[in-house]
Amino acid sequence: MSLSNTENLLEVTNLRVNFRTPDGFVTAVNDLNFTLEQGQTLGIVGESGSGKSQTAFALMGLLAGNGVIEGEARFKGQNILTLNEKAMNRIRSKDIAMIFQDPMTSLNPYMKVGKQLMEVLMLHKGMSKAEAFEASVKMLDAVKMPEAHKRMNMYPHEFSGGMRQRVMIAMALLCQPKLLIADEPTTALDVTVQAQILTLLNELKDDFNTSIIMITHDLGVVAGLCDKVLVMYAGQTMEYGTAEDVFYRPTHPYTQGLLNAIPRLDADDEKLSTIPGNPPNLLQMPSGCPFQARCEFAKDRCGESMPELKEFAPGQLRACHKSVDGWVA
Amino acid sequence: MLTFISKRILEAIPTLLILITVSFFLMHSAPGSPFSSERTLPPEVLANINAKYHLDEPVINQYFYYLGGLLQGDLGPSFRYKDFTINELIAQSFPVSAEIGIWSFLVALLIGVGCGIIAALRQNSWLDYSVMGFANLGIVLPNFVLAPLCILFFSIYNQWLPPGGWNGGAWPYLVMPVIAMSTSYIAQIARITRGSMIETMHSNFIRTARAKGLPKYRIIFQHALRPAMLPVISYLGPAFVGIVTGSVIVDVYFGTGGIGQHFINGALNRDYSMVMGVTILVGTLTILFNAIVDILYAVIDPKIRY
Repeated sequence: MSLSNTENLLEVTNLRVNFRTPDGFVTAVNDLNFTLEQGQTLGIVGESGSGKSQTAFALMGLLAGNGVIEGEARFKGQNILTLNEKAMNRIRSKDIAMIFQDPMTSLNPYMKVGKQLMEVLMLHKGMSKAEAFEASVKMLDAVKMPEAHKRMNMYPHEFSGGMRQRVMIAMALLCQPKLLIADEPTTALDVTVQAQILTLLNELKDDFNTSIIMITHDLGVVAGLCDKVLVMYAGQTMEYGTAEDVFYRPTHPYTQGLLNAIPRLDADDEKLSTIPGNPPNLLQMPSGCPFQARCEFAKDRCGESMPELKEFAPGQLRACHKSVDGWVA
Repeated sequence: MLTFISKRILEAIPTLLILITVSFFLMHSAPGSPFSSERTLPPEVLANINAKYHLDEPVINQYFYYLGGLLQGDLGPSFRYKDFTINELIAQSFPVSAEIGIWSFLVALLIGVGCGIIAALRQNSWLDYSVMGFANLGIVLPNFVLAPLCILFFSIYNQWLPPGGWNGGAWPYLVMPVIAMSTSYIAQIARITRGSMIETMHSNFIRTARAKGLPKYRIIFQHALRPAMLPVISYLGPAFVGIVTGSVIVDVYFGTGGIGQHFINGALNRDYSMVMGVTILVGTLTILFNAIVDILYAVIDPKIRY
């Protein structure tokens, strides 16, 4: 299939995710726009409840039953948000794979790891049992699983958290998908294991030429892995640009606050810098900018209207009333 | 696994001994005796009878006589049915209850699990509500109401089935006892299955299975069914014992001659050896099926190893 006139693998336009809850309508993701080229890595950053995981679930068609999606997500030119379950099942894992936040519970505890890997290949590639076994062992080797052959016959509880996440990554890459969505893949792991998993993802990305959407609240992950970064807050895009720009030249007060909150070994501040306050309640969103209540630069107009997401330099977008250089009259 | 099984057998012996001892002394401490309620017997006759059954001796002696018989597999003579031993009475009635019970168990398991899965997969739909509505009805409708309703419908309004009897267990005689016996179990199993299936379908590994692109039926049968069955299985062990040891209601309404009648009659008539016999039977089966449940758990859940 030929791609639409650009080389974009994924084009997300005006993605909205709403949930019908007993307390009212909640907008978890509000008009999200981004594009991803083959081989690129996009980091979606935000704190808990910012809508980053719901974005991933929406793309995979895994939203909870009360979720409603609006907008488009064109994958290789085809809008995957309107596909039925059967058509979506042909894409899942084969073209778009996902790894989850909690490796301890994301594998089936009642099934041997080998079978859980093999069933993906037998389903999508029509492999025989023997072929699938060989290919699965190879993939476990590729994610640096020691004694891969022996591990095929083991159950998930016989693996450590880091090893289970390696299994999850191997499972996701079995069909060499074009796009890998990683939803906080290192959050539940020890720091040393986190580093190993990130190094692994970085290597695999190049080996398999896979695009990655890395969902995280860890800016260190973004810096090490991503080409582009999208900063989300209360379901909305605050800042979007190359990782280098966002990381080294953040312009949005929220991004700046997040970066300041990273503890530094070389500074001798005694106090950890934080962003005061909490994210707004999605059921009672304030008018205007969702970040205004916690923003040290907030002015009257921030409470009146939501700033538009505008390109202020090539490839750099932000949604803030304050100009890049400070307030203009 | 073998050590586990032999350990469970060894554990069963003291458990049964305690059960026998406690039941024996409790029963004998209750006022009255097997022959006290009958028309007044001449004192000489009563003394003769009491001497024959050792009832004139201290209870502790009777206990050891009983244990001695038990060691040879003898459950003693019935105090009620003259010329019958408890072994004969149980051998006559238990197969009847077991046949009704096994059929009822299979019916309850198949329909209960099936309904539970359907209700869970269509959670909060009209299908779910109607299946669970019937399940609730099955639980609140006692079998002493259900049994006469069955007879009214199948035998009196429509002459489809014989109203009672056993006839060696021919199927027309089986249908109504099985309905009366299985209904409340169908309902319980459906409720447990539904709850457990809903919980399993919301777990993270099912989300993973969906993300793999597996079709729904494979997610249900290959990934969700095993873990969803665990709570059902722990219910089934004791339930199975209850089902195969029959029900006095079924025996009384349908005249099937199962073992259920002996529970009540034995107690009412102070038929000491009958009460002991059915207690030992139920106790042994309970221990046996709890062990089977434990073994099944190990088969299903790889985290459990003995």
